[in-house]
Amino acid sequence: MELKETPDQFYQPEEKQYSYLNLGPTHPATHGIFQNVLKMDGEMIVESTPTIGYIHRAFEKLAERRPFYQITPITDRLNYCSAPINNIGWHMTVEKLLGVEIPKRVQYLRVIIMELARITDHLICNAVIGVDTGALTGFVYMFQQRELVYEIYEEICGARLTSNIGRIGGFERDFSPKAWDKINRFLKEFPLVLKEFENLLKRNRIFIDRTVGVGGITAERALNYSFSGPNLRAAGVDYDVRVALPYSSYQDFDFIIPVGSNGDVYDRFMVRQEEMWQSLNIIRQAIDKLPDGPFHADIPDFYLPPKEEVYNNMEALIYHFKIVMGETDVPKGEVYHSVEGGNGELGFYLISDGGRTPFRLHFRRPCFIFYQAYPEMIKGSMLSDAILTMSSMNVIAGELDA
Amino acid sequence: MDVNLQDKILIALKEQFEDQILHAGMQYDFFSITLKKDKITHIIQFLYNHPELKFQYLTTLCGIHYPELQQIAIMYQLHNLYTNARLRLKIFLPEDKPTVSTLTGVFAAANWMERETYDFYGVIFEGHPNLTRILNVDEMIIFPMRKEYPLEDQIRQDKNDTMFGR
Amino acid sequence: METSGKVIMSEKPDGLEGAGFFATSLEKVVGLARKNSIWPLPFATSCCGIEFMATMGAHYDLARFGSERLSFSPRQADLLMVMGTIAKKMGPVLRQVYEQMAEPRWVLSVGACASSGGIFDTYSVLQGIDRIIPVDVYVPGCPPRPEQIIDGILKIQHLVESESLRRRDLQEYKAMLNTYGIE
Repeated sequence: MELKETPDQFYQPEEKQYSYLNLGPTHPATHGIFQNVLKMDGEMIVESTPTIGYIHRAFEKLAERRPFYQITPITDRLNYCSAPINNIGWHMTVEKLLGVEIPKRVQYLRVIIMELARITDHLICNAVIGVDTGALTGFVYMFQQRELVYEIYEEICGARLTSNIGRIGGFERDFSPKAWDKINRFLKEFPLVLKEFENLLKRNRIFIDRTVGVGGITAERALNYSFSGPNLRAAGVDYDVRVALPYSSYQDFDFIIPVGSNGDVYDRFMVRQEEMWQSLNIIRQAIDKLPDGPFHADIPDFYLPPKEEVYNNMEALIYHFKIVMGETDVPKGEVYHSVEGGNGELGFYLISDGGRTPFRLHFRRPCFIFYQAYPEMIKGSMLSDAILTMSSMNVIAGELDA
Repeated sequence: MDVNLQDKILIALKEQFEDQILHAGMQYDFFSITLKKDKITHIIQFLYNHPELKFQYLTTLCGIHYPELQQIAIMYQLHNLYTNARLRLKIFLPEDKPTVSTLTGVFAAANWMERETYDFYGVIFEGHPNLTRILNVDEMIIFPMRKEYPLEDQIRQDKNDTMFGR
Repeated sequence: METSGKVIMSEKPDGLEGAGFFATSLEKVVGLARKNSIWPLPFATSCCGIEFMATMGAHYDLARFGSERLSFSPRQADLLMVMGTIAKKMGPVLRQVYEQMAEPRWVLSVGACASSGGIFDTYSVLQGIDRIIPVDVYVPGCPPRPEQIIDGILKIQHLVESESLRRRDLQEYKAMLNTYGIE
C-alpha cells in the first residue's frame, strides 16, 4: 500500500494554537472557590482571567445593620484560619473609637491569642504547600497540632474555629488554669513537631526543585500591588504592622521579622515557617512578662456585667439590657485600625454616626488585594506551579469575597 | 502623626493644588484631607513622586454613601512605608452620576478595589481597564451597598413580620 | 506485623445461616457494602471546609467510617457534602455538580449557611441549598464540630443501609426531583 501525503486541514503551522483551561470554581487543588480561565500554550500559562465572588456574603452591608458587638461574629468568617486576630482587631477598632484605655494584662493576653492564631494560620498554609508538592504526611501531622490550639481556644471562649473570642474591652473571663496548662503543653510539644516538619521539607530536594523560583514577584511589583503580610515580606520588604504601627503592646516584645529575597514559593514558605518560631517566642515572652490586673477594661457601657450581678442588681440589669439592645451612646467619628492578620494588614475602617450600628464599615482584606497579582505571578509558568503559587499565597475565600 | 508632617503635606499640596483642598484635619490618629474630585489622580501621583512625602503604598480604597447629602464619597488611604506616615484622602461625588478618574495608572492594586467600589456603589472610574462587577453576579442591576437598597434576601417567605416587628 | 487494635467487622444482616452458607436478601448486602464505602465529594467553600479538613485529619479520622477516599470527580461520588456558604453566584455550579453525580446519590448539608443561609441573610447568599437541590441530612452548627460532621455521615450511612434498591426508580422520587427542575 502506498502512503499518500494528505494535507491536514486542522493543522495550521503558522498560527500558534492556544487551549483554554477552566480551573475552578470547584477544582480540588484550589483550596477554595476561585475560578481562573487559563490560556495555555501546551503546559505554559499565557494568560489567566480570575473570577471571584463565589462566596460573596455582603459583610459590609450586613455590618451596617448590626450593633457593634454583633459584628464580631462576622469578622470571624473573614479569614477563618485565624479568626481570633480578626475578632481582636475589630474590638480594638471600637476601643479606639470609644477612646478606652485597655489594661496591660488584657493586651498581653490578646497578644498570646493572636500569636496562637497566627501559628494556626501559617500552619494550614505551609501544610497545604506540602500537600501540593506531594507530601501529605506533613499535613496530617500538623493538623494534630492545630487541634491543640483549638483546645486552647475552647478552654478560653468555648468555640473552635470561628471563635468570637473576647469582647469589646477585654475578655469575657480570665484564662483558666486549665487553659494555661494547655498553652504550656502546646509550647512544649509544638516546637518539636514544627522542627520535624521543617526538616521534612526545608532541605528536601524535591521540595526545593518544586518551589525555588516559582511564582515569584519583585518587591516593587509587590508594593505596587499593595501586598502585605508574609507575601510582601517574602519579596523582601520588612513591613509588619506589629512593628511599624504597634498595637496591643507589641512594642514590649523582642522579635525578628523574617524577610525573603525572591518572593517565590520557597521564600513564602520559609517566611511563614520562621514567623511561627517568632510567634512561639512572643508567646513565651508574653507569659513571662504577664502583669497582674483585671481581664477587661472598665467600660460599663460596653462590657457586659457579670451574670450574678445581672440577676441581683438593678443597675447591672439595665446595663445588660442596654448593651444587648445596642442602646449605648457611641461617639461620632471615623476610625481606621489595622492589625497584622494571618495574611497581612487587616484593616477596619469604621464610620460611626452615633447610631447603634456603624454608618459604614470597610474591611481592608489583604487577600482581596494581593490576589489580583495572581495572573501576573503565574504568567509563563506551568499549570502545576500555578496551583502551588495559589496555595503559597494563602488566599482565603472568605476574606477574598467578603 | 506629628504636626510638622501635617504641615509639610499641606504646604506641598497647596503649592500646586491650592484650590482643590476643601478641608484638612486629624480624625483620631489619622490625618485626612477632603479634596475636590477633579484632580485626585494628579494629587495622588504628586504625593507618590514627591521626594520627601513618598506616599507609595495604597492601603485601601472604598466608597461611602451619604444619602442625606445625596453624595458618594471615595476614601483613599495612602501609606509611606519609610516613615510609617499615613494619609487619608476623601472626595465627594454626586449620587446620581458618580464619575472620577481611575487610579490604576499609579497603583496596580487600585484595579480590583475600584471594581469593588463600582460593584457596590456604581461609581464610574474613567479610564479603568476593566470596569465590571467583581463580587456580585453580572446580571445584578442595583448597586447593593447604597443605603436605599435592602440587605435581606427578598425571596424568603418564612419571615413573619407581625411577630418580630421588623 | 503487629496491629494496634483489633479489626471490627460490620454486623451481618438478618438471614438464614447454616453449615457453609448464609442466605439473606440482596438489598441488605448491597446496603451493607454501600454503607461502608461512601465516596464523598467535598464541596467546601468556606469555614466548614476547614472543619472538614480537621475531620479528615488524624485526630478525628473519617477513614474509620470508610469514607477516606475523597472523590473530587462528581461522577464517581456517592455523597455530596456541601460545606459552607453557597452564594447565588455559586448556586448554578452546585446544581451542575449535583446533576453530574450518578445515582444513587446523597446530599449532606453541613453547617448553618448551607442549610438555611445561616447568619448571612443577605442579598447575595442562597438561603439554603435545598432551594436548588434535594438534601438528605442537615448538620447544624456554625461551623459544626468534627464530631457533628461525623454524626451527619453516620446518619447518611443509616440512610444508605436502609434504602431499598428500587427506590430511585420510583415515580415519587422522580416527581420529587422534578420539583427541583432536575431531569
